Amino acid sequence: MSACVFAGSSQFIALGLLGAGSPLGIIVLTTWVVNLRHLLYSVGLVPHLKTQNQIWKVALGFWLTDETFMVAIQRYRQPDASPYKHWFHLGSAIAMYSSWQLSTLLGLTLGQTLPNAAAWGLDFAMVATFIGMTLPYLTNRPMVATVVVSGAMALLARSLPHQLGLMVAAIAGIITGVLVENRTEPGGQTHG
Amino acid sequence: MAEFQLITGMVLVTFLVRYPLLAVSGRVKLPPRLLQALNYVPPAVLTAIVVPIVLVEGDHLWLGLGNPRLVGAIATVGISLWKKNLLLTIVAGMGVFLLWKAMF
Repeated sequence: MSACVFAGSSQFIALGLLGAGSPLGIIVLTTWVVNLRHLLYSVGLVPHLKTQNQIWKVALGFWLTDETFMVAIQRYRQPDASPYKHWFHLGSAIAMYSSWQLSTLLGLTLGQTLPNAAAWGLDFAMVATFIGMTLPYLTNRPMVATVVVSGAMALLARSLPHQLGLMVAAIAGIITGVLVENRTEPGGQTHG
Repeated sequence: MAEFQLITGMVLVTFLVRYPLLAVSGRVKLPPRLLQALNYVPPAVLTAIVVPIVLVEGDHLWLGLGNPRLVGAIATVGISLWKKNLLLTIVAGMGVFLLWKAMF
């Protein structure tokens, strides 16, 4: 599953649903919903990848994750005009993929022998990573408003089934950011 | 067989979310309003993932200092603002979380 799907949060949730005996259709649908945010990521990459050929697009599409998007988009946004930024992106993607496979293998082989490994709280690493990636965005009012609304909505909508609260909260946050930006700066300029 | 179907299904829906827009990206021009909204996607999505993990335990909010995820998250925010170094932020935030978890 790690080799072919390569989508951590949805793999995690799929295993939970599998353990609870959910039907296949529900699990696949949930995977789709959890990964919908990558649709938004791929839109973000379009301006930077539109000149590449389809092989590049397939490879970088398959290897697109939260972490690789974050690293790559920061490189694309740096003002220098290097024509090799997609190589940087590919390097990041392969590094992520390799360590994901290695960690999965470690988990498979050692998971049985280690007592209670699931209770160690290693999943907090994801929380710390996402916090560390989010804070640098908070340089203006629309961004702060986005995060406040998204966080509040995520709490309010958390009981929605199949992780739908995540999408509701994200969309509410995005709309808020756009509205606040258009109000403070008439004409609504795009920030890079 | 069920495993094969499950993984095939997950592969398809994952890839079909990530790839199609890249595939047509040479030909399709996106409206400026959509591009503006894109700036807000990453912080909105990441916040929506993190906040419930940090604050919700089982089915209810857990706001006390006994919640190691909350203490760890606050420490992570502090370190991130102070040092502006992602790797240090992750390692130190994880350290505070594990320490707090071990203490309570």
